[in-house]
Amino acid sequence: MLKFDLRAPTTLLGVFLLFALLILVLFEQLAHGVDGTVQLLDNAFALPSWQEPLGTDQFGRSNLARLSAAIQISLWMSLLCVITAATLGTVAGIAAAWLRGWVDASIGFVVNVLMALPGLILVLLIGALFPGSFTALYIAISLVLWVEFFRVVRAQTLSLLASPEIEASRLYGFGPLYLFRRHLLPRLLPSLLPLACFGAGNAILALASIGFVYVGLQPPRAELGLMMVELFPYYSDAPWVLAQPVLCVFALILSFNLIAGGFRHDH
Amino acid sequence: MIKLLYRRLMQAIFVAWSVGSLTFLLMHLLPGDFAYRIAAGRYGYDHVTQAAADAVRLELGLDRPIWQQYFAWLGDLLQFNFGNSLVSGAPVLQEIDHQLGHSLQLALYAVVISLLIAVPVGIYCGKRANSVADRFGLFTSVMLRAQPVFVIGLLLVLTLAMNIGWLPVAGFGGSQYLILPAIALSLSLAALSNRIIRNNTHQVMHSSYLQFARLKGLSEQQAFDRHAAPNIALPVIAFVGVQAVSLIEGIVMIESLFSWPGIGHALAHAIFGRDVPMIQATALMMGLLFVAINTAVDVIGYLLDPRQRQEVEYAEV
Repeated sequence: MLKFDLRAPTTLLGVFLLFALLILVLFEQLAHGVDGTVQLLDNAFALPSWQEPLGTDQFGRSNLARLSAAIQISLWMSLLCVITAATLGTVAGIAAAWLRGWVDASIGFVVNVLMALPGLILVLLIGALFPGSFTALYIAISLVLWVEFFRVVRAQTLSLLASPEIEASRLYGFGPLYLFRRHLLPRLLPSLLPLACFGAGNAILALASIGFVYVGLQPPRAELGLMMVELFPYYSDAPWVLAQPVLCVFALILSFNLIAGGFRHDH
Repeated sequence: MIKLLYRRLMQAIFVAWSVGSLTFLLMHLLPGDFAYRIAAGRYGYDHVTQAAADAVRLELGLDRPIWQQYFAWLGDLLQFNFGNSLVSGAPVLQEIDHQLGHSLQLALYAVVISLLIAVPVGIYCGKRANSVADRFGLFTSVMLRAQPVFVIGLLLVLTLAMNIGWLPVAGFGGSQYLILPAIALSLSLAALSNRIIRNNTHQVMHSSYLQFARLKGLSEQQAFDRHAAPNIALPVIAFVGVQAVSLIEGIVMIESLFSWPGIGHALAHAIFGRDVPMIQATALMMGLLFVAINTAVDVIGYLLDPRQRQEVEYAEV
C-alpha cells in the first residue's frame, strides 16, 4: 500500500521548505500590500528595512512583492501542468492498455513524435509561437510532462488487466468505472504521486529555464528565471538581491524532489 | 541492429517533421505580409516596393494554397535548404556550420568530465554504501540536482571568474573559455549519474557471481576487473543515452549563459529575434544531435552486451 512517510527527516525538510515559501507569499499578500510593479528609481537597491524586508531591485521595486508574485506564478504553473499532465497521461494510458489496437497505436505515435525532441526545445519552439503567453507555456510544459505519466500508467495497467483479481471482477460483471476505482487507481497512485512531485519540480525548472534565456514570460512580469537574468548585471552592486530568486528556485525544486522521495512502497 | 537503426531513423524523421511544422506555423503567425518581409531582407527596408514584394511572392510561390506551401517547406527542410537568416542575411547553413562544431566540442568535454567525476565517486561510494562518504555524496548530489544547470553555471562564474579571476567570465577564445561551461554542464550531469553508478556498484558487489569469483580464488582486484567492471559499465552507457535530454537542454542554457557561440545560444537568440529560418535550422540540429547521441549509445550497448543482441533478435522473430 501507499505510505507517505512524513517522519523521514528529508521529507519533513521538503514539506517545511514548501510551507516556508507559502508563508512568505501569504505574508506578502496579507501584511505587505506594496505593488511589485511600482518603480522608485531613487530607491534602487535599498537595503532590507521594516517597510521592505527584502530590499528593492534595480528599479526600486519591492523585492518581497516581486518574489511573492514569481513564486505564485511558478507554483500555479506547476500545479496546472501536473494536474493536466497526470489526468491526460492516466486517461490515455488506461485507454491505450484497455482498448489496444488502433487507439494504442495512435497514442503511441503521438508519444513518439513528442519524445523525438528534447522537452525544452519543444517548449522553446511553442514559446516562440506565442511570446510571453502563460497559456502557451502551460500547454507546452504539460505536453512534455504527460508522456511520463502515460508510459507508467500504460505499462502498469497492461499487467494489472491480466491479473486474476481484475479478471474475477470482470466475470462478476463490474463495469469499467468500478474496475478503475477499485482496482486500477489504488495500484497506480503509488507511482503517480512521486511522478507528480517530480513533474512539479520539472515544470518550475522549465519555466525558470526559458525565463532565463529571455524566451518565456516577458518583463515586467516577475518570474524567477527572468529575475535572475535581469539582476545578473548588478551582481557586484547587490549580490544579495540576485541571491533571492536563485534561492527560491533552489528551495522550490529541492522541496518537490524531497517530498517525492517521501512516498514509499510498502510491500 | 537494423531494427535499432530503423527506430532511430524514424525518430529523426519525427524531429524534422515537428520542427518543420512548428516553424511553418510560426512563419505564418508572424504579423505582416510574408513576401514583404523577405523582400525587405533582400533589398533592405528602404527599397521595398509593392512590385518587389509581388515578385518575391511569385518567385517563392507564396500565392499557392497553404498546404502546397507546407509541403514545399518540408521539402526544403529535408534537403537542408534553410534559406537566409532574417537578421544577418547570411545563409543559415553557413552560420550553423560553425556553431555545430562548438556545440559538439562543449557536449563532448562535458560528457567526458562528467564521467571522470561520476565514475570514481560512484564506485567509491558504491563499495562503501551508507558510509559517511556515501552520505556526503548523496547530499551533494541532491543539492546539485535541486538547481537548474544555469544556476550552477552562475555560481561558478561568480566564484571562480569574478571573485578569484582565474577564468574568463564568458565568451570564446582559447581553451580557458571552455573550462567553466564544460564544468557547469558536467556537474549537473554527474549529480545524477554518480548515484546510478553507485547503486549499480552496490548491487554488483553483493551479487552471487562476484562472490563466486572470489571463492574460486581470484583476488579482489581480479574479480572486480573481470566480473564487476563490465556489469557496472553497461547501465552507465545506457544512462548516458537517458541523459541526452539533460545534455541538450543543458547546452541551450549553458551556451546562453556563457555566450558560447554554439547551436543552443543561436537557438535562444533566434527565438528572441523571431528569426524563423535560424530557429528552424538550430532546433533541427539540436533534435538531430539528440537522435545521434541516442543512436551512438544504442550501438555501443549493442556491441558490448551480448544480452541486448539476443533481445533484439528475439524481438525481430
